[in-house]
Amino acid sequence: MASAAAPSVAKPGLGIRFERIERRFGALIALRSLSLEIAPGEFVALLGHNGAGKTTLLRITAQLMRPSRGAVTFFAESTDQQVPFRDVKGRTGLVGHSLLLYDELSAEENLTLFAKLYALENVPARVASALQACGLSSRATSQVRTFSRGMRQRLAIARALLHSPSLLLLDEPAAGLDRQGLEWLGATLKRLRGDGCTVIMSTHARNESLELATRAIVLAGGRLQQDTGAGGDLRQLLESMRAEA
Amino acid sequence: MKARISISIALALLVFCAGYAALFIAPDEATMHLIQRIFYFHVPLWTAMTVVLSIACFSNIAWLVSRRPMWDLLGASSAEVGVLCCTGGLITGMLWGKPVWGIWWTWDPRLTSTFILWLLYISYLLLRELIEDPHRRATLSAVFGIFAYLDLPIVLLATTLWPRGQHPQPVLFGGPKSINHTMLSVFFLCMVSIVLVMILILADRYRLEKLRFEADELRVEIESREMDAQSAPPTRGIVGRGMAHE
Amino acid sequence: MNGLRAAFTLFAKECRLEFRTRELLTATVVFSLIIIVFFNFAFDPTPAEARRFGPGLLWIAFFFAGSLMVNPSFAREQTNDTLDALRMAPVPSFAVLAAKILANLVFLSIAEAILVPVFSLFYNVSLVGILGRLALVLFLGTVGLVTTGTVFSAISAHARMRELLLPVLLLPFLTPLLIAAVSTTISLFGEAHELDRTWMIFLIGFDVVFLTTSWLLSDFLAEG
Repeated sequence: MASAAAPSVAKPGLGIRFERIERRFGALIALRSLSLEIAPGEFVALLGHNGAGKTTLLRITAQLMRPSRGAVTFFAESTDQQVPFRDVKGRTGLVGHSLLLYDELSAEENLTLFAKLYALENVPARVASALQACGLSSRATSQVRTFSRGMRQRLAIARALLHSPSLLLLDEPAAGLDRQGLEWLGATLKRLRGDGCTVIMSTHARNESLELATRAIVLAGGRLQQDTGAGGDLRQLLESMRAEA
Repeated sequence: MKARISISIALALLVFCAGYAALFIAPDEATMHLIQRIFYFHVPLWTAMTVVLSIACFSNIAWLVSRRPMWDLLGASSAEVGVLCCTGGLITGMLWGKPVWGIWWTWDPRLTSTFILWLLYISYLLLRELIEDPHRRATLSAVFGIFAYLDLPIVLLATTLWPRGQHPQPVLFGGPKSINHTMLSVFFLCMVSIVLVMILILADRYRLEKLRFEADELRVEIESREMDAQSAPPTRGIVGRGMAHE
Repeated sequence: MNGLRAAFTLFAKECRLEFRTRELLTATVVFSLIIIVFFNFAFDPTPAEARRFGPGLLWIAFFFAGSLMVNPSFAREQTNDTLDALRMAPVPSFAVLAAKILANLVFLSIAEAILVPVFSLFYNVSLVGILGRLALVLFLGTVGLVTTGTVFSAISAHARMRELLLPVLLLPFLTPLLIAAVSTTISLFGEAHELDRTWMIFLIGFDVVFLTTSWLLSDFLAEG
């Protein structure tokens, strides 16, 4: 598919540091005393069973919820250069469990809305090229509620990428995608990795895009169970997880 | 513990004295006679309500600013006690009204505002009941609590300005025109004792909430440690950068 | 992004969504109409009584219909979790709130514009000479109603039984607004056709106080 006309990564990737993060939902502890540092530009595969805390960690990173305890900080290049939360907001993209799109608006209207909210320049051109990139140009004016699951997911991903984020968070992005969609996702993620965008992708071990990951983190029961570290060998870990599954 | 018991006993004695004074020491009032003595309880209840609800609003603001659980607990407790004072104020108001005007209820500013206040804080408590996530419950009820508190003077103002030609407008508040010296002393005694009693009730209620909260924390901690003990020990995979826990 | 522009972009989105389906508007108008019609059967008023109780009836209809109408403001955003998408965007949280308040203001005003002439027709109450000032009173009352209604919609969106909870939270709170709006309208419908200054100031004051409070607390609402 065509590449976007816009700059691929507006600024270099963001790094994140989690210090003894804890998140509770009443009696349920989703994350316990989690400490972790992710360097700018890393492509992190976030693994673990359902309920391990992956989605919670992503939502905290997206600033959609605060940790019950502990601190999250964002930095650029080195940990001394802290980036304020407000600035991080405009540079984060999220593909979540939910669609994050309006059913009664068309694909074009949805993307135009978010393009305007992120104060992008030349909105019509950006939207058109985003639609073309994800292969939805022909359905640009149809309402999202008429879309198939695969098409919705593609649009959701396109929405997350629209503002050229420096930090991309993906919660099982391959869900619902067809062959073509998966190829597009893989190509897009490869390009983003090349551009230095920080990517955290929560997924199951069978996802092909895991080939792109530079690091794998496994959560279990809200705790950090395994961490290959940057440049560690993921293959062994992934194979053992696939064998388990 | 001992201090609590002594304070409770002291306050009980104080209230007893105040009650006795209100019923037997205060002079008889010219027009309303016996029933006027409710004034010694009605107005202090109203004052206690105002004090307690102010504490509630302050707690709401404090929670939003600091996020310390104690403020959430205090906010909820004081709203409850506030509703209690409000109910007391309404009942004494009605009990006073019946013999004086012959009807149980009138839409005068004081009774009307008290009733609306009562509805507002009952709905605050209902809101808390219906939100499950504790963090969200605290934040959202704090916002509502602030709105509710700001509404109080507005409600009072509106009901005072409201023309009510049809209803009798007795002077419930203010009591007798020329305040007798003894009456004033008894009034202050009652005021002090009732406000202090309500604050004691609030302190107890808050203590209960705090204990409940701490018990919950302990239970969750125990459960989580049990779960850790039961699950397989963490596999030492290839650990590189990033700190693995335990 | 600049707060004002964000608010307008979001306001346009709200309008686009509503005018595509018109569900909310239709339901609000029909519900208010029913209340107005029921009045006739419940009280069988003479023309003089209709004129006397008309203001009260109108405002009760708008308050009840309005308190139901503001509920979807935030409830709608829970489909597909679009509120999360808005929260992640670099726009001030008050922009999101203001857009919804403005949208609700427009929708309820449209309903009122339809219902006031209908009321005038059903009960032979002449609006000649007072229409402009009536519009002003309606505007001020509606602003107060939708401001707090939208905020409480954000609050109750996360609670169980939210359709029932929202009116329970909102209506007692709005009692002073009801008193003010009805009193002003009564004096307008009355012999002298005058606008009571005290109550007008009260209405404006109510709107200002709670718009400001909403602005100050909007970040905490968004966090929920």
